[in-house]
Amino acid sequence: MGFLDTLFGRTKPVQPKLDDLFGLPSAAITLQASSGFTPTGSGSVCFRAVEGKTFGDIEKDVRELLDMDAGKSGGGLPVEVTKDSYGYTWLVSSHLSDEMDSLVTDLHAVNSTLVDNGFGPQLLCTLVAFRDESERRLALVYLYKRGTFYPFAPLPGERRDNALELQIRGALGDDLKIEPDLTRWFPVWGAPGL
Amino acid sequence: MARTRYAPDRGLTVRMTATMFLLGLVFVAFVALIIGIMDAVGASAGAIVVVAILLGGGMAFTSLFYSDKIALATAGARVVSPQEAPELHGIVDRLCAMADMDKPRVAIAPTDLPNAFATGRNSKNSVLCVTQGLLRRLDGPELEGVIAHEMSHVAHKDVQVMTYASLLAIIAGLLVRMAFYGELFGGGRGRNNNQNMAIIFLAMMVVSIVVYAVSFVLIRLLSRYRELAADRSGALLTGQPSALKSALVKVSGSMSQIPTQDLRKVEPLNAFFFAPALRLTRGGGKSPSMIFSTHPSLEKRIEQLDKIQRQLGQVSPQ
Repeated sequence: MGFLDTLFGRTKPVQPKLDDLFGLPSAAITLQASSGFTPTGSGSVCFRAVEGKTFGDIEKDVRELLDMDAGKSGGGLPVEVTKDSYGYTWLVSSHLSDEMDSLVTDLHAVNSTLVDNGFGPQLLCTLVAFRDESERRLALVYLYKRGTFYPFAPLPGERRDNALELQIRGALGDDLKIEPDLTRWFPVWGAPGL
Repeated sequence: MARTRYAPDRGLTVRMTATMFLLGLVFVAFVALIIGIMDAVGASAGAIVVVAILLGGGMAFTSLFYSDKIALATAGARVVSPQEAPELHGIVDRLCAMADMDKPRVAIAPTDLPNAFATGRNSKNSVLCVTQGLLRRLDGPELEGVIAHEMSHVAHKDVQVMTYASLLAIIAGLLVRMAFYGELFGGGRGRNNNQNMAIIFLAMMVVSIVVYAVSFVLIRLLSRYRELAADRSGALLTGQPSALKSALVKVSGSMSQIPTQDLRKVEPLNAFFFAPALRLTRGGGKSPSMIFSTHPSLEKRIEQLDKIQRQLGQVSPQ
């Protein structure tokens, strides 16, 4: 924020960075090779719904767009929409585990629709789920406002497996921009699709 | 650049600039007058001015530097970990990610007065505090609205801005006091100097009182604009102006039912609060006491949020 913005007490809503999302498919391959985690095929976009009909209409358009897509190609299930206890909306898109490309395309469609309609600042994060043979859960979370990823490995009882998260950071350092500030790795307990 | 629904409020910016310009003007006039007085009498009472500036600056700097600790101690608040207050931390985490901000420390004050404040000299050292009464009274989206408002204060660096703005008033206040004591005890020095010194001190006192009064009103005006700006940014961040509105109504409504003993204890923190603990105006209106208020009237705040609600609902943004 610039000096003038501070002086006048105006914060400009932060616009999301979208392009880095496309690094996910190649990162998924690296992840599988280095640590045995495979994509579950589900991913979600989380955003803060704006009150009023306009935003509701756009949200409906996005869902129809993705559902239509799912029906045509035969891959993937219709999107699921859930609202979490914090009031954020999650659009969950489910694909087969080897369809990382189309999953990312779906997720990107949600972002770009929101951005095109002027609601880009409402995007919070996107999350792609992974699992290994011992059924350990892992998510790669993309922070729209920073354009960075971080790993999130929940354990039962709202604890997180920090060792695994740091190991993943090491493994993916070359493929993705990993969020360097560890305080920004906020937990997304009970995120749909994880 | 994508189209945006988040246009800045030019009117508010202009009014804030005008207020800050006037504050600067008063400062310049103050310095000029003091120099003028000393020049006219041909005396060197400069020491007293320098002392006042150093002392006032020191006080302002100390209170800015320790603002988080002072405010927490005054409110009796305690910093809580994510394990202790997962809900609260969850709200703050998400808002920080949305706004791309550093996460402030989160504290809870064991007061039943429903309120919240954020303070700290910079975003790294900021702390956000809510009272137990607020947590008890508000539901999720309302609480989020209040927290977004407080985080906007952090983003706007309001503690810093208001400290710099009050610097003049602090110095003027000190000068009044020092001139007053100078008047009382100044007689100890040389005889023929006495008359001159008395005049200087008297003139300084009058000028300082006027400057203090004017800058006090201007600071309060600036504070009200900063509150409106924080309301605005907070509502845009969550996208839910209505939730903030309902929080405001709830908090202001229950505020007037609080017994006075509580109020007196909370008074020093007023400027940081979400809603002032002492309401000088009842039911809004253009009461003259409004110009001394740190917060805009409930009606003004709701009116602005209505405007934002319409702005967010536009079908095709500009």
